[in-house]
Amino acid sequence: MMVFDRVNTKARVKRIYNTINSERVMPYIFVLPFIIIFLLFFLYPIISAVIMSFQDIRGPGDVTFIGFKNYINLLNPHYYSALRVSFLYTFLTIAILIPFPLILAVLLNNKFLRGRNIFRSALFLPALTSVIVAGMFFRYAFGTQPTALFNQIIGIFGLGPITWLQGRHSGMLALVVLCVWRWTGVNIVYFLSGLQSIPRELYESADIDGANGLQKFLKITIPSLKPVIIFVITISVFGGFSMFAESFAYWTSRSPGDIGLTLVSYIYQTGFNYNNFGFAAAIGVTLLIIIMIINVIQLNIFGFFKKD
Amino acid sequence: MGIKIKQSKSGLYTSFIILAFICIIFLAPFFFMLVSSLKPGQELISKGLTWKMNFDMMSLNNYKILFFQDNRYLIWYKNSLIITALYTILSLFFSSLVGYGLAVYNFKGKRLIFFTVLLVMMVPLEILLLPLYRLMITLHLMDSYLGVVLPFAVSPFAVFFFRQYIIGLPKDLIEAARIDGCNEFKIYFKIIAPLMKPAFGAMFILLALTSWNSFVWPLIVLRTTENLTLPIGLASLITPYGNNYDMLMPGAVMSVIPVAIIFLLNQRAFIEGLTAGSVKQ
Repeated sequence: MMVFDRVNTKARVKRIYNTINSERVMPYIFVLPFIIIFLLFFLYPIISAVIMSFQDIRGPGDVTFIGFKNYINLLNPHYYSALRVSFLYTFLTIAILIPFPLILAVLLNNKFLRGRNIFRSALFLPALTSVIVAGMFFRYAFGTQPTALFNQIIGIFGLGPITWLQGRHSGMLALVVLCVWRWTGVNIVYFLSGLQSIPRELYESADIDGANGLQKFLKITIPSLKPVIIFVITISVFGGFSMFAESFAYWTSRSPGDIGLTLVSYIYQTGFNYNNFGFAAAIGVTLLIIIMIINVIQLNIFGFFKKD
Repeated sequence: MGIKIKQSKSGLYTSFIILAFICIIFLAPFFFMLVSSLKPGQELISKGLTWKMNFDMMSLNNYKILFFQDNRYLIWYKNSLIITALYTILSLFFSSLVGYGLAVYNFKGKRLIFFTVLLVMMVPLEILLLPLYRLMITLHLMDSYLGVVLPFAVSPFAVFFFRQYIIGLPKDLIEAARIDGCNEFKIYFKIIAPLMKPAFGAMFILLALTSWNSFVWPLIVLRTTENLTLPIGLASLITPYGNNYDMLMPGAVMSVIPVAIIFLLNQRAFIEGLTAGSVKQ
């Protein structure tokens, strides 16, 4: 009897082992970490953000359902400022961070150029700094004093001094400069990898046809780089709308006249400084909708590009 | 023919000069940070970051404060190291498992899971700040290393990268191992993982850099001075009342130097990790 039982359990263990080790069950075990993290730290927070956005949250347990009131309250000058800053910042960074690194990458993509690896590394170095470290430099370089770096520079041309971090336009300029400094090298790397995958024969046959440098750039380089350019635009939109640390590095969470208030800083400010969680969640939901709309538009453009 | 070569040569000179000029501008901030780190912090606050070099003002005094007098900096450094190591190890381990599952097997829901990975990549975490913060309180993970790391322990970007990489590996290896009686985990750990060394290298560097410099989420989770990471700690020094300014610039310099050294030694892995995500069809 005992012996029979032991054989039986052994067989059962073996059967369980075989079921688990089958190609039917194992894949789910492999992807399980993602599923858990996704449900717990992504899906659940998104759902609870949507629910929170319809609530007035005064503290744990003190929650009232208030319908669309948080969304109606979004119609205020601060929210408009935040929208304006986020859109403008995203637009400006894309307007600079596509053409500028692209031109540098084309210059670097020349085997006969001396020191190209050194140039590439030097331009990439800023990408290694954290926003805070880079922001620390620019915060004091954009100081109000006439002795601060950027005032010294414009002083050469007889201008200034300017209170950089207190004006609407100069504040935006400071944000864009910080971003361009940190990201140019990264985008150069992307564009270089794209440039290196363009077949050389394309240029050679263009040479035979007598095309000049500009024609080759416009007719061969740019069209071949389309996927990379789209990728860079996508990550720039993403980075632009979620920008917060740059603004925090310059002004912490409150800037004069909201000049550094982005959508995410507005979430941080209302959520963590004023403890108005419901309202902050509503801002987050609108940001999510904006990003999703832009994603859909981009996917359409991407599909559109694919056709031709 | 002769003219053509001459033209390209003058073109090369122009490129060289343009690039050299731009590189000097891009490297200048590092130089000014270094200079400024040698001057008293009070000078930085009263005069801004200036290009004037007064050598009699410069000393290694700030670095002495950083390493020997004020122990906060070394604590933040240690925290940053631990969090970066924890995040990188967890994320490499889990993400590669998920990538393997998605690359090798056919199963129900595979397309849905892959689509979800892409979806997570498209949503900035900043939107989830508040609900995630409340979740951290509920789970008692506030002000802890694990709280910083756990929500992002599976990096969708790394999953995507590993999946692509594993798809490129020869599949008959797996079949052969199965016939030899290896179980599925063993196949992964003994056969596939060793082949993924370059992929691990590229992702290791990218994830470690992201974690070392990450700001927004640690800012929310970490509360007490002893638990801060470097970026949060440095940011906390900028207060209108404190007189911690001596530590600012040397602190910034010392947080960049190790990363710069690692970069200069492993440029290829850096670039592979970065370009892995860009669409190359």
